[in-house]
Amino acid sequence: MELIISLLSILFSTIKDVIPIAAIIFGFQLFVIRRPIKDLRRVLFGFGYVIVGLAFFLLGLEKALFPLGRLMAEQLTNPEFLRQGLSSAADVLHWDDYYWVYIFAFAIGASTTIAEPSLIAVAIKANEVSGGTIGIWGLRISVALGVAVGISLGTFRIVSGVPIHYFIITGYVLVVIQTFFAPKMIVPLAYDSGGVTTSTVTVPLVAALGLGLAETVPGRSALLDGFGLIAFASLFPMITVMGYAQITEFKQKRLRAARHAELDRDNKS
Amino acid sequence: MQKSLYALMQSMLGSLRDLLPIIIVIAFFQLVVLQQPLPDLVGVMTGVVFVVLGLTFFIYGLEMGLFPIGESMAHAFARKGSVSWLIAFAFALGFGTTVAEPALIAVAAEAAQVAANGGMIENNPDARSVYANGLRFTVAFAVGLAIVIGVVRILKGWSIQYMIMGGYMLVVLMTGLAPQWIIGIAYDSGGVTTSTITVPLVTALGVGLASSIEGRNPMIDGFGLIAFASLTPMIFVMAYGMVV
Repeated sequence: MELIISLLSILFSTIKDVIPIAAIIFGFQLFVIRRPIKDLRRVLFGFGYVIVGLAFFLLGLEKALFPLGRLMAEQLTNPEFLRQGLSSAADVLHWDDYYWVYIFAFAIGASTTIAEPSLIAVAIKANEVSGGTIGIWGLRISVALGVAVGISLGTFRIVSGVPIHYFIITGYVLVVIQTFFAPKMIVPLAYDSGGVTTSTVTVPLVAALGLGLAETVPGRSALLDGFGLIAFASLFPMITVMGYAQITEFKQKRLRAARHAELDRDNKS
Repeated sequence: MQKSLYALMQSMLGSLRDLLPIIIVIAFFQLVVLQQPLPDLVGVMTGVVFVVLGLTFFIYGLEMGLFPIGESMAHAFARKGSVSWLIAFAFALGFGTTVAEPALIAVAAEAAQVAANGGMIENNPDARSVYANGLRFTVAFAVGLAIVIGVVRILKGWSIQYMIMGGYMLVVLMTGLAPQWIIGIAYDSGGVTTSTITVPLVTALGVGLASSIEGRNPMIDGFGLIAFASLTPMIFVMAYGMVV
């Protein structure tokens, strides 16, 4: 019963989110384009599926995964847990005593990104548009790797207290350099994948981790240091996605070179 | 009937596979690292079933509704040839989907609280709500503008690198000038604006436009709208912190 009530309330709030979007789309369609929508029934059903799907998705996350994930973020950043490895109570925690936090950040960043619905959408589109050159899984895994590296670096930053701009500016410099060397067609997609990663699944868990860390590490403030993990999570995917394209291109070149060499040999003999 | 049931089963299996990494990570940390039992196993399993169902429906609906409507509108605008209506549509789509975004409302309220604690504005509900609403409309305007810039870029065929790099240069520059407390919020506001429904729609719009205009490559010109939408809010929020 309680489940049905929370499902209905989530369903209503999802519908509330979709109403302005639907109003804009159908308003422009009716008054500006003035053409009937092709397959209107199908499109409306599609919208229905999206709304119901999102509602179920959010309900499930809130019922099952978020409470557990948040609890874990709290427990892992708890000084009592971290002190297990220390021999005496007088020892001070160093940045390397937080290794489980970094591993958790990496794992949770990668796994939540794989399940991110908007990334799935972009990957499907990119695969379709590129005629299969960009694999759905290749893109999703490289973005997930980027988020994972970004978030674990971000937690390291909170623990160590190194100023955020060092990382962000270094990251941007890398992005700029890669932009010049990466295959042209990947660049816009790589830029997009930075913004796509941080939505429904990743943000709540990552925010809990950041705030938990900033509260328990001595000398950090939740307001100044708790934010900023999202910025890490949207910067590093650009680097890994361009890297993915560079590696793919390099492999294809080598394959082609090998094939040429073989042909040459065949011709000679 | 049997065939579509089979397809449904297959996409549900796909969704389960998408979710599996999270389950493994959480189970590993709970059982091995923290060495605690899984609380409320039945509740967790129900939740997982809901997530799998939800993801399956979402992807079904994506290919039936969101992608086709985004692309067909892009084609219709291109055929109509009216640039001003296209720009109006782009702005409305960016502004309208952002202004009501729950994540943004939450971040704006939080930012108002921080500003009030820091003595930037008076600490009463009225002043806070004025400040939070101002911030919300600033971000929504920034996203609307971003989609417009992105659409104009597709129409003109400008290359994206220099625009995005220039934007990030501006972000770095403004980070030095803006008040310290707004920076974290500004960086995060870039991430919260692109919701799960907006992303597929905007992507379909960009790809649809690029494929219906001659001389544009959907791969090179069609993507990039989201990149603008996560860049401009950072700039505008820092500017808001400097002005207000």
